[in-house]
Amino acid sequence: MVALYAVAIIFEDNKETTVMKALSKLLVTVVPLALVFGCATTDKTAGGDEDMAGAGAETEIVTPPPSVTEDTMGAEAIAAPGQDGGFMGDPLDDPDSLLSKRVIYFDFDRSEIKDEFRDIIEAHGQYLAENPGVRVVLEGHTDERGTREYNMGLGERRAKSVRRYMSVQGASFSQMDVVSYGEERPIAMGHDEDAWAENRRVEIVYPGR
Amino acid sequence: MELQNLKHFIKLWALLAALLVSAGGQAALTIEITQGVQGALPIAVAPFKWEGKTAEPPVKIGGVIAADLHRSGRFTPLPVADMLSRPNESSRINFGDWRILGQEHLVVGTLRELGAGYEVRFKLYDVFRATQLTGYSIRTSGKRLRLTAHQISDIIYETILGEPGAFATRIAYVTEIRDSAGVRNYSLQVADSDGFNAKPILNSRHPLMSPSWSPDGARLAYVSFETGRPAIYIQEVVSGKRVLISHYPGLNSAPAWSPDGERLALVLSKGGNPDIYILDLDSRKLKRITRSFAIDTEPVWSPDGSAIVFTSDRGGRPQLYRISIRDGKVQRLTFEGRYNARASWSPDGKYIAMVNGDRGKYRIAVLELASGAMRVLTDTELDESPSFAPNGSMIIYATEIGQKGVLSAVSVDGRVHQRLMLQEGAAREPAWSPYMQ
Repeated sequence: MVALYAVAIIFEDNKETTVMKALSKLLVTVVPLALVFGCATTDKTAGGDEDMAGAGAETEIVTPPPSVTEDTMGAEAIAAPGQDGGFMGDPLDDPDSLLSKRVIYFDFDRSEIKDEFRDIIEAHGQYLAENPGVRVVLEGHTDERGTREYNMGLGERRAKSVRRYMSVQGASFSQMDVVSYGEERPIAMGHDEDAWAENRRVEIVYPGR
Repeated sequence: MELQNLKHFIKLWALLAALLVSAGGQAALTIEITQGVQGALPIAVAPFKWEGKTAEPPVKIGGVIAADLHRSGRFTPLPVADMLSRPNESSRINFGDWRILGQEHLVVGTLRELGAGYEVRFKLYDVFRATQLTGYSIRTSGKRLRLTAHQISDIIYETILGEPGAFATRIAYVTEIRDSAGVRNYSLQVADSDGFNAKPILNSRHPLMSPSWSPDGARLAYVSFETGRPAIYIQEVVSGKRVLISHYPGLNSAPAWSPDGERLALVLSKGGNPDIYILDLDSRKLKRITRSFAIDTEPVWSPDGSAIVFTSDRGGRPQLYRISIRDGKVQRLTFEGRYNARASWSPDGKYIAMVNGDRGKYRIAVLELASGAMRVLTDTELDESPSFAPNGSMIIYATEIGQKGVLSAVSVDGRVHQRLMLQEGAAREPAWSPYMQ
């Protein structure tokens, strides 16, 4: 289900600007990706949401208190308020939603998405797909080791890795900005593995929220 | 020569210069020699005679020169208190006084106040031959007095050692200071090579990165995040006038000036991932130099402008590669260690300094291009951003000491180590200026 949707969206996005050759190439790469990720997702969500909480519970990004703007009003309508007696309003503001998790962590010098973060990225990707007016900034960060300019490249690669995964969920590239800060904006100031692990991250930032 | 017989190092731990700042929160730098060479040349710099209206001279010229020579690690100046006499440049020198003290060279001089400005006269003597090696009379202004002292240090250094000094140069670096509210304040600073006269040329709440000097020393290119994303600017150091040079989507980073000053190598990711480009500053024409799916970054020009060395992880891990500007041929340069990045090319073209990562430690290493020999120069763990002095004698770099970002310098042979301490906050990304024109 997810896989098919993703393929369709990407296909459509590129239709106007890309030649057939490129399209068929895209299909070849996107379909297997979507299938693999789609399957992984189903298995994972079946395991329950609690598993996900382990990922960086102590490093939650503090976002400004939610403000109701015209944009969020629009999103509310789509968000099926009050479903199963839960949260009323935009799911972005629901503290129990996967959407409240907005930091993805990485291994040293790597940019692959780790299994435990797929559900979070999928939730954001699907939310963006359902709310085409919403934009997001994906901020790529690294730990302090290595050189600053290489880390700028690595931070961008991590953010693009998240962007690609979200796009497979149906989010449009035009909704997602990528910014790399390299090692310039650490969260943890220490010089040990714990601090480094916290700093190797992509932050999913909804501007103004 | 003399230095080759040396067998081991000594630690001097001499605090040399403390830079202080009047107002305006300017960052203060202190330079100390943490390791010098045994057998550094003994030299006596007599206090310069002061001929002026005030009791004290505006600048203690002899003190600045002695500190310069000491900081180079190649000289051990005689403490003034140990001197038996204090001649100036018009005195008759009693060479016996200096031979007894084991001094090989003697510097004497006078600072004279003129109607407008100052005159500095000095002489350098070979004590054992009892001959004058050189002597100058220099007209200067109050503002340039310290610079004049550094120029004299350069003359002395070159006369005795036969290679140019780099005292009359500057360093640019980035500071980060957290205020009481925890807000990060970034500043691009320019200081004299001895840490004095540190002045911010840009303050920002957003990260600043990668300062790169123009070959004439008049301008700096750098990366600023002030728009929310990285962009490259060029700023005139004296006037503060600046222009936005590159603001494409994605990365705009790692600017590096070509030796002729007409082009800027830079890194853009607008093509999908970070690649090296060359921007012609006059025509604003952009030429793509590398084309890979890897991270290609941190370009530096060869001194003759024919090639660029850059960092790339095209082989799986970051290593240094060299690309010919003429035919685009690429050659891998580094093979030792898992991580070799951020090259700095020595002014004579013979060496490449870099960050060498091995077993979790990131240190400054030097590659001799002719032999391919690699040599690790430092013993710290988080070294970054090496930058050669314009005479090739020292490499300045950033490191962490006691959880704090500091600047350090090491000689190319690894024998001399200096540390430059900021009074407040962290310093990083040093760039040693070319010779000032």
